[in-house]
Amino acid sequence: MRKKKDMLWYLLFVLPLTLVFISVVIVPFFMGIGYSFFSWDGMPLNPKIFVGLDNYLKLFSDQRFLTSAGHTLYYTVLAVVIINILGFSFALIVTSKLKLRNLGRTMLFMPYLIGGLILGYIWKFIFSDMLRSVGEMTGLTHIFFNWLTDPDLALVAIVIVSTWQMAGYVMIIYITGIQSIPEDVIEAGKVDGAGFWHLLLHIKLPMIMQSITICLFLTLSMSFKIFDVNFSLTGGGPNNATEMFAMNIYNEIFSLNNYGYGQAKAMIFFLSVAVITLVQVAITKKREVSM
Amino acid sequence: MKKIMRIVAEIGFILLCMVYLSPVYIVVTNAFKNRAELYENMLALPHSLDFVYFVEAMEKMHIVQAFKNSFIVTSTSLFVIVILASMAAWMIVRVDNIVSKVLFMVFVATMLIPFQTLMMPLMQVMSSLSQKTGLPFINSLFGLVYMNLGFGASMAVFLYHGFIKAIPRSLEEAAVIDGCNKFRVFWKIVFPLLKPVTVTVMILDMIWIWNDFLLPSLVLSDKQLRTIPLSTASFFGQFTIQWNMAMAGLLLAILPIIVFYIAAQKYIIKGVASGAVK
Repeated sequence: MRKKKDMLWYLLFVLPLTLVFISVVIVPFFMGIGYSFFSWDGMPLNPKIFVGLDNYLKLFSDQRFLTSAGHTLYYTVLAVVIINILGFSFALIVTSKLKLRNLGRTMLFMPYLIGGLILGYIWKFIFSDMLRSVGEMTGLTHIFFNWLTDPDLALVAIVIVSTWQMAGYVMIIYITGIQSIPEDVIEAGKVDGAGFWHLLLHIKLPMIMQSITICLFLTLSMSFKIFDVNFSLTGGGPNNATEMFAMNIYNEIFSLNNYGYGQAKAMIFFLSVAVITLVQVAITKKREVSM
Repeated sequence: MKKIMRIVAEIGFILLCMVYLSPVYIVVTNAFKNRAELYENMLALPHSLDFVYFVEAMEKMHIVQAFKNSFIVTSTSLFVIVILASMAAWMIVRVDNIVSKVLFMVFVATMLIPFQTLMMPLMQVMSSLSQKTGLPFINSLFGLVYMNLGFGASMAVFLYHGFIKAIPRSLEEAAVIDGCNKFRVFWKIVFPLLKPVTVTVMILDMIWIWNDFLLPSLVLSDKQLRTIPLSTASFFGQFTIQWNMAMAGLLLAILPIIVFYIAAQKYIIKGVASGAVK
């Protein structure tokens, strides 16, 4: 009797969320696996034709897809490195003895709240109009021109915008790490004659390995999944030169109406994100020191 | 000498922060300029505080309606996520059986699935759910809140789970002896204790839901239902860009979040920090 009552309580607490979760995440996930084996244009009345692994095999000869994957890798490597170095430097500065450090922290974090889509539009103006007018004013038109029209620089422009967005965010996480280093460890290092770089490389960095793991994981997965900034800043252009993985999937499904084929890409996307982030966490976790 | 170095460092630092935030300055100042004035010098302060472009942008972006929609979606989503996820997480921690273990594992594992993997089948599931139940899952704020709840569930359960595990059981047991049922135990005793993690969940989800673009763009097709990111995107998609008016529009779009940030910065930064480190 008591057991049955406990069971009812359990269901009452757990079931509402679980049912919503199943219908929004679990069922679509498994249906997604199914769709990826079909050829279908998304029209409910049109036939879904089973094509087995054809969608997946087609990926290897899809030039636009491979290029977008290449862009994603290039962008991700650049973005992860730059965001983390900048964010960590910010964290070092605002944990120093500066009086204005709290104000600085507030200011540097602000871009993260604005959201990728709107950030992209703001920077679109900076790249397309401001940079050009700076070029005209200074005469340095080979440096200051609309980067978004240049296939190589447009991707760098996206890196700059995401760095602006994310550096303050990883800064917050690095601050937590730096503040958890015991004061006496730093003091002991200083007494032993360690300089700035020695303290940084041999004491601080190893001791904040946990923050590094988190920041790498977050920036890696966010960079890999980038869509909003890509959409609003360049729209994938010029000439698909900045189309990245997530955007390629979106276009394949909703612009070209290749629902089955696009879904196969989406499954590969999931596997890539999962493998890359899990490998990264496994590697950096090993280097964490416990205190 | 040392004092001068110090002052130089302080000034240098605040200059760095100002340069970093200069894109915001550019949006604010250029929102007041007309076309000619804007192209004359984009970094200068405006000659006069002319609000005419704001009025125009407000009309073209339907900003009042968009703000209302964003507000409704964000606040209702936060409300249901906090209520249902804290309840579920509490039971999952306290009833230590195989079901709980599997549930928790599934919630955590699915955090790795990117939205793009789910978006197409999700729309299929939701439109067939709409047909079967008669409820408007597609093209309604209700549907968007429902999906936000589903996507927000994993992280919220994960954060609550970690927090609840550290709370001793004894208080709850005492309440049970006093004759409280589980419902009362949870709402009277446990939920108030969860306040710090509730703040964290709310802040992380608020940033995500307020700025979310892709999911709402798939769910909401009705013009009347557009949230702020959606109305911004359609504004930029529609017109050849008149940057002075666009700046006014962008400023209106980011204003609510900046005002909110300035008011609650302490909690926001703390919430983001504790959410990420978990």
